[in-house]
Amino acid sequence: MASITLENVGKVYPGGTRAIGDVNIDIADGEFIVLVGPSGCGKSTLLRMVAGLESITDGTVRIADRVVNEIEPADRDIAMVFQNYALYPHMSVRQNLEYGLKNRGTKRDEIDRRVAEAAGILQLEPYLDRKPRALSGGQRQRVAMGRAIVREPAAFLFDEPLSNLDAKLRVAMRLEIKELQKRLRTTSLYVTHDQLEAMTLADRLVVLNMGKVEQIGTPLEVYRRPASAFVAGFIGSPAMNLIPARAVPHLPGSAHAGLLGIRPEDMDITADGPIVLRINAVEELGAQRLVHGLVGGEAFTVTAPSDADLGEVLRLSVPTQALHRFDAESGKRLD
Amino acid sequence: MKRTIFRNQLLPWLLLAPQLAITFIFFIWPAAQAVWQSFLREDAFGMKSTFVGMANYWRLLDSPEYLNSLQVTAVFAVSVTILSMGFSLLLAVAVDRMIRSAQTYTTLLVWPYAVAPAVAGILWWFIFNPTIGILPYLLDQVGYNWNHISDKGDAMLLVVIASAWKQISYNFLFFVAGLQSIPASLREAAAIDGAGPVKRFFTITLPLISPTTFFLLVVNIVYAMFDTFAVIDSTTEGGPAQATNIMVYKVYFDGFVGQNLGSSGAQSVILMLIVIALTVIQFRWVEKKVEY
Repeated sequence: MASITLENVGKVYPGGTRAIGDVNIDIADGEFIVLVGPSGCGKSTLLRMVAGLESITDGTVRIADRVVNEIEPADRDIAMVFQNYALYPHMSVRQNLEYGLKNRGTKRDEIDRRVAEAAGILQLEPYLDRKPRALSGGQRQRVAMGRAIVREPAAFLFDEPLSNLDAKLRVAMRLEIKELQKRLRTTSLYVTHDQLEAMTLADRLVVLNMGKVEQIGTPLEVYRRPASAFVAGFIGSPAMNLIPARAVPHLPGSAHAGLLGIRPEDMDITADGPIVLRINAVEELGAQRLVHGLVGGEAFTVTAPSDADLGEVLRLSVPTQALHRFDAESGKRLD
Repeated sequence: MKRTIFRNQLLPWLLLAPQLAITFIFFIWPAAQAVWQSFLREDAFGMKSTFVGMANYWRLLDSPEYLNSLQVTAVFAVSVTILSMGFSLLLAVAVDRMIRSAQTYTTLLVWPYAVAPAVAGILWWFIFNPTIGILPYLLDQVGYNWNHISDKGDAMLLVVIASAWKQISYNFLFFVAGLQSIPASLREAAAIDGAGPVKRFFTITLPLISPTTFFLLVVNIVYAMFDTFAVIDSTTEGGPAQATNIMVYKVYFDGFVGQNLGSSGAQSVILMLIVIALTVIQFRWVEKKVEY
C-alpha cells in the first residue's frame, strides 16, 4: 500500500526527442488511476518510467514517499502486468508465480501460502502445473495478474493488459480487474488507449496527449467538463462534435469562442431548432441511430431515434449546459 | 503445402537427377567404397587385395595408436565446441545489449566464416610460429616458451584455437538470432521480479535459447570431427607424437600417405557411425527435452 507522486516528470531521449514533458500526478493510496491517450502520447513511456524500465530525465517519482528515480525496478516494490503477459514460457504456472518470490528469498511455506491464495483468487488451481502455452488467452492474463498479486507489492502497474484479448473476454476481465483492485486495495496505475476501458476502470483518469497531461479527474468530471478540445474529442463515444463557432453563429455563446463542442447525445430534435442537419449517412445501433451530416460545412453527428432516415432534414436545439466552448488557439476550455 | 501433380512419370525424376547424381557420385558411392575397402587387405605393392572380413576393425581396436586418436579426437572436439560456443555466446550477448552499432559488429564478426579452413590454419600457424610468430614472442616476454612443434599441449592448443576461431562466426549468428527472438518484456518482467543480470541470463535467457544451443552443439561436434582436417593439415599434421592426430586426419594419413586402404576404410566407417549416432541421439534428445 502506497501513494505514488509524479513531480514535474519529463523524459528526453538521447537524440533530443521529448517524449514526456512536465507531468504532475498525485496518486493516493489504494487509488485506481488510468492513463489514457492515443497511441504515441507517451502513456506507456510514463508507466515504464514509474516501473524503472525507462530512465527519468526530469523531475522526481516517489513511491511510498521515497524518491525512486535511481532505484532499480526490482527494488521499487511494484509489480507490472505486460501487454503480451511476458510469462516465462519454459516455466509452469506455479514456477511463474514463484519466480519473483524465490528471487527475493521468501521462505518456502510463505511462497506456498501466497501462491495458493493467488491461485484461489484467480481460479488458477487446475492449471498450476501447466506451461503457459497450454493456456488460453484469458488464463494467461490471469497468470500475469497472479504473478503481480503474489508479490503483495506497493503498487500494480498495468500496461494495456487487455488489448490482446477478444472483445467479450476483454469486458469480462475488465470487471475482474476492477473487483480485484477493490478487494486488494492496492494502488494501481493502468495504461490503455481504449477510452471505454479507461472510463469503466478508473477512480481518476489522466488524459495524455503528446507527452503532456491534458486533464486529470474522475471519469464523470472528464466526460462532463473536458478541459480541452482534445479531451472532448477523445473521451466519450460517439466522439463529441467539434465545430468552429463561426459555422453556427446563431448559437448562444458562440461569439467569443473559437471552437464549440456538442455531444451527439446531448441534442434535442425540435421543430424550431437553430441547427439544420440533412442526414447523409446512417449508422444503426439497434435502439438508436447515429446520423451524420454537415453543419456549416463541418462533419456533424447526432444520435437520433431509429426512424430517422437518409435524406431527412433534422432541426436540432442545444441546451446551454450541453455546449462546451474552447479557445481556437490553445484548445483550452473557456468557462 | 502445395502439391503438384506430374502427369509425366519421368519428369520428376529428371528434375531430381542432377542432385541425385551428385549425392550418388560424391557421397554414396565413396561411402560404399569405404565400407567395401574396410573388409579388404591390400598386399604391400597394391597388386591384389584379399577379403579379410572384420580383421581391419579388430586390429584397429587393438592398436594403441588408434585408441590414442579416439582420445585425442574426443578432447579436441569437446574443447573446440566449448571454446567456440562459449566465446560466440559471450559475443552474441554483448552485441544483443547494444542498440546502435550492433549491425556493424555483427558484420565484422561474421567475416572469419568467409576464410577457408586451410587459410585459417596458416594464419594461426604464422601467429604461433615459434621462430617468426608474434604470440610466442609475447609469451616469451612473460616467461612462457611456446613451441607447438615439440610440445604436445601447445600443439593441441593451437589446433583448438584455430578450429574454434573459424566456427565462432557461425555460432555467433545463430546465438544473436536466438537472443533477439526473446521478447524484451520477458527480461523486463524478470528484472521487476528481482532477478539481477546474471540470474536473468541463467534462468531466463539461457533456457529460452536452448533449442539454438542444442542445434549448435550437434553442428559443432560434427564440425570438429570432420571439417577441421585442413586446419590440422596446414598446422601440425597430426604431430608432435600423434598429439593432434584426430580421427579424420588419421583416415587421410593412413589411407593416402600410408596407403593402408583397408585400415583407412575401417576408420572412416567407424567415424561415420560415431557421427550418425551422435546426431541421432542429440536430435532425439533435443526433441524431447527442448519444448515449451
